[in-house]
Amino acid sequence: MKETLQSWLPRLVLAPSFLLILFFVYGFILYTGYLSMSDSRMLPSYGFVGLDNYEKLWKLRHWTGSLKNLAVFGTLYIAICSVLGLLLAIFLDQKIRIEGMLRPIYLYPMALSFIVTGTAWKWFLDPGIGLEQTMHQWGWESFHFDWIKSRTHAIYTVVMAAVWQSSGFVMAMFLAGLRGVDPDIIRAAEIDGASRARIYWRIIIPMMRPVFLSAFVVLAHLAIKSYDLVVALTGGGPGKATELPATFMYSYTFTRNLMGIGASSAIIMLIMIFSIIVPYLYAELKTDRAS
Amino acid sequence: MKTSHTAAGLVLALGMGAVATTALADDVEVLHWWTSGGEAAALDVLKQDLESQGVGWQDMPVAGGGGEAAMTTLRARVTAGNAPTAVQMLGFDITDWANEGVLGNLDEVAAADNWDDVVPTALQGFAKHEGHWISAPVNVHSTNWVWINKSALDAAGGNAPTTWDELVSVLDAMKANGITPLAHGGQPWQDATVFDAVVLSMGNDFYQKSMIDLDPDALAGEQMIEVFNRMAMLRGYVDENFSGRDWNLASAMVIEGKAGMQMMGDWAKGEFLKAGQKPGEDFVCIRFPGTQGSVTFNSDQFVMFGQGEGNNEAQLKMAAAIMNPVFQSAFNVVKGSVPARTDVSDADFDDCGKKGMKDLAAANSAGSLFGSMAHGHAAPAAIKNAVYDVVTQHFNGELGSEEAAEELANSIEALR
Amino acid sequence: MRQSDTLPEARSSGAAVVQRGFNWQRIVLYIILLLFAVYYLLPLYVMLVNSFKPLAEIRGGDMLALPGTWTTAPWASAWSTAQIGVQATGLKPYFINSILMVVPAVLISTVLGALNGYVLTKWRFRGHGVVFGLLLLSCFIPFQIVLIPMARMLGLLGLAGTTWGLVIVHVVYGLGFTTLFFRNYYEAFPTELVRAAQMDGAGFFRIFFRILLPSSGPIIVVSVIWQFTNIWNDFLFGASFADVDSVPMTVALNNLVSSSTGVKEYNVHFAGAVLAALPTLIVYVVSGRYFVRGLMAGAVKG
Repeated sequence: MKETLQSWLPRLVLAPSFLLILFFVYGFILYTGYLSMSDSRMLPSYGFVGLDNYEKLWKLRHWTGSLKNLAVFGTLYIAICSVLGLLLAIFLDQKIRIEGMLRPIYLYPMALSFIVTGTAWKWFLDPGIGLEQTMHQWGWESFHFDWIKSRTHAIYTVVMAAVWQSSGFVMAMFLAGLRGVDPDIIRAAEIDGASRARIYWRIIIPMMRPVFLSAFVVLAHLAIKSYDLVVALTGGGPGKATELPATFMYSYTFTRNLMGIGASSAIIMLIMIFSIIVPYLYAELKTDRAS
Repeated sequence: MKTSHTAAGLVLALGMGAVATTALADDVEVLHWWTSGGEAAALDVLKQDLESQGVGWQDMPVAGGGGEAAMTTLRARVTAGNAPTAVQMLGFDITDWANEGVLGNLDEVAAADNWDDVVPTALQGFAKHEGHWISAPVNVHSTNWVWINKSALDAAGGNAPTTWDELVSVLDAMKANGITPLAHGGQPWQDATVFDAVVLSMGNDFYQKSMIDLDPDALAGEQMIEVFNRMAMLRGYVDENFSGRDWNLASAMVIEGKAGMQMMGDWAKGEFLKAGQKPGEDFVCIRFPGTQGSVTFNSDQFVMFGQGEGNNEAQLKMAAAIMNPVFQSAFNVVKGSVPARTDVSDADFDDCGKKGMKDLAAANSAGSLFGSMAHGHAAPAAIKNAVYDVVTQHFNGELGSEEAAEELANSIEALR
Repeated sequence: MRQSDTLPEARSSGAAVVQRGFNWQRIVLYIILLLFAVYYLLPLYVMLVNSFKPLAEIRGGDMLALPGTWTTAPWASAWSTAQIGVQATGLKPYFINSILMVVPAVLISTVLGALNGYVLTKWRFRGHGVVFGLLLLSCFIPFQIVLIPMARMLGLLGLAGTTWGLVIVHVVYGLGFTTLFFRNYYEAFPTELVRAAQMDGAGFFRIFFRILLPSSGPIIVVSVIWQFTNIWNDFLFGASFADVDSVPMTVALNNLVSSSTGVKEYNVHFAGAVLAALPTLIVYVVSGRYFVRGLMAGAVKG
């Protein structure tokens, strides 16, 4: 009797979490899937309309534009955060005396919500009151920085603020990775006469592969879910220049009372997210089994 | 619902009893988005009034996006079966919720206080549903105002413009004087507020046909192209850094004399007064040139969510208190808007307020009081936002005037 | 695991490489690092500086300048007298709501995450990979889509508008992360120790409490920091599922800063923002070093 209990106990312990997730995540995803094929407007309603909402969705310039913006934003954000995070981690890993002081400074933006940091950024980027004006007051009259007001460049200011928020976290991940490298490997390479840059490029950075992967997953999902940031910084403007799928979905579901179209955009977002995560997960679990 | 049982079981298994708190029968829980100093203080007058009648006030403010955040909250609350007792609401949201059949009936208080005669007809279009009163309007904001810096105006000739051409020449003169002629914030609702006024300046009939009847011919026609041309002209008088700017920062530009004028609803007045300016002396308020005698409005109203069998006493008391002329006056003096009933004394209002009240009464009797598209009183949310999309894209140079008119007609048609 | 007993500072992998570096290289390195510190600190600086200025001075422009007249009135106002709704209570009363919500939510999700990670690495069963995959994928759903169905469920459970309702929501949507952290951490924990204890007759919970838990310090820190930050900063769930008695800090802060048609007191807003962020800031600064250590000890792997 005791034997059977012991053998079932692990599953029993896991069961509540698993059932909660099954219902509150996957159940709700199915529900959203149904809404995306319904005639819901202000509140859910269950008249079936097939793929109508999807057809309407893809005809909206607003939606295709937001996908293009996400492509630009996501690529830059992930690339810059990874490179910057790695560089800062390498720099910080050189026996820096003030590391204890610098690390929390790099990390703290992750702790703040964008409800108000967004305002600070918005001011800072605004040519009328922010950096540009300050430079003018300091005598650099020709200084020009008005990206946030430009339809073509505003998306880059969103990248700047987003990088500000999460690159420190990526730095911490890389730092942890670097600290896990066996110093003997480096010492051996040094004895062989390899230069410092070469050691990093050929030996250490390749060892960071798993960190790159985790960073990618964390950043990719942050990019696709980015909402607060855009709302606080640009409100999707100028025009629709910084509209992203997440702001699109909220707007259609909750402010435009077109819940069906909102749900269909949510389903497309989920498909995008899962198509990034599932292969990663598959590879991860496979190597697990191999080892 | 097998699954919900599972979930309930799990919750109990985790040792979390349900501790639902419900408002007492003689309390009102009020969902609203009036959180800034002045307006919240004004609402406090209502709270005090109700408390003196033994009705407790549970405050549930959710600010953001001109009520958008509060409306999201409301949907979650109603879905959860935990609707607040009273909710601040605008225009077509009221109609949409009334169609869901969840709003309480206020006929009893309305009849006692004779709302039918004192509330402007256009407001009744929202406050009544299928002949029954469902909401108590707190105020009427009118949106077709222009706020002009007095000394900038004096330097530009001194005469407040009354026609489009005069407006253009004043703007030109201001430009020549080296200031930004038009202070504007590039956010969709602000763009649309100016758009409303420009449409209205093409005539009452045109506004009615295009913005309220949503007639495709009017939406794509010559006059609409002219409207967009005028929007493009106005864009030429706005400074480089306009996009994303909050409306109050635009007001500050006018207050400080960095800019000549701002086209904005009557809430902008509060910014001027707070900065110590006096209407007529430091700043001038006029109707958007070409819209004299007409008013586009939005009106904050409170609806009561049905609590099972009919409304409870507290809700009816609150509705009555909102329509009390003393409260209407006290609240609107602070808020910058005008009372939602036409029989309130204008003694406590400043010059702009008095003018606002007179304009409202005149427009009401002349039939030239229209719901504002920009503020959700001309068409439902989906259409309003479709208008925002086009107006904002055009204002930012993404669409030409003819394209914009066509896009406007098409996107509205697609939603109907 | 290997490293969790040594301080990360002692083990710079670059240390061996750099010792003989030229001085000017070190100087450039320090300059670069300090410049980045400036980049990260700028927004906080803007917020702090402006929170000590009178409103008129802010309107006058130059947001980077130090205050001409220093005033702490905005801070006092944000904390105890600013208008949050009809009541001029400041942020003070909402602090306690947030704490009542955050503490149980963080504790429960961390405990469940630890147990899940333990089962998924040391008590594997057929299909454990799929279970983990499903838990992990749940981290990535956009929260907006669960608002309406979640509201319905909370209503059916009788938890609508309660702090416990919010706790459940945050536990559910944090489980994926905490499970991930602990699973990857315990993955590196020598299974032989567990098997040996089993031979000695130790049961499921005994092994967990006696063997794994005592060495889980770093990963508990990671889990707690992550959950604390996310839950404390959440606005969407707070605004949708809270009631008058359970409104969290972020919703109050939002009410303070984003009034639609009223006068904006930026100095008070910034003071409020810093106040609202204080708990998370303190958690980061105090436990920052353990955070890296925790990440190092396994979390980054996954």
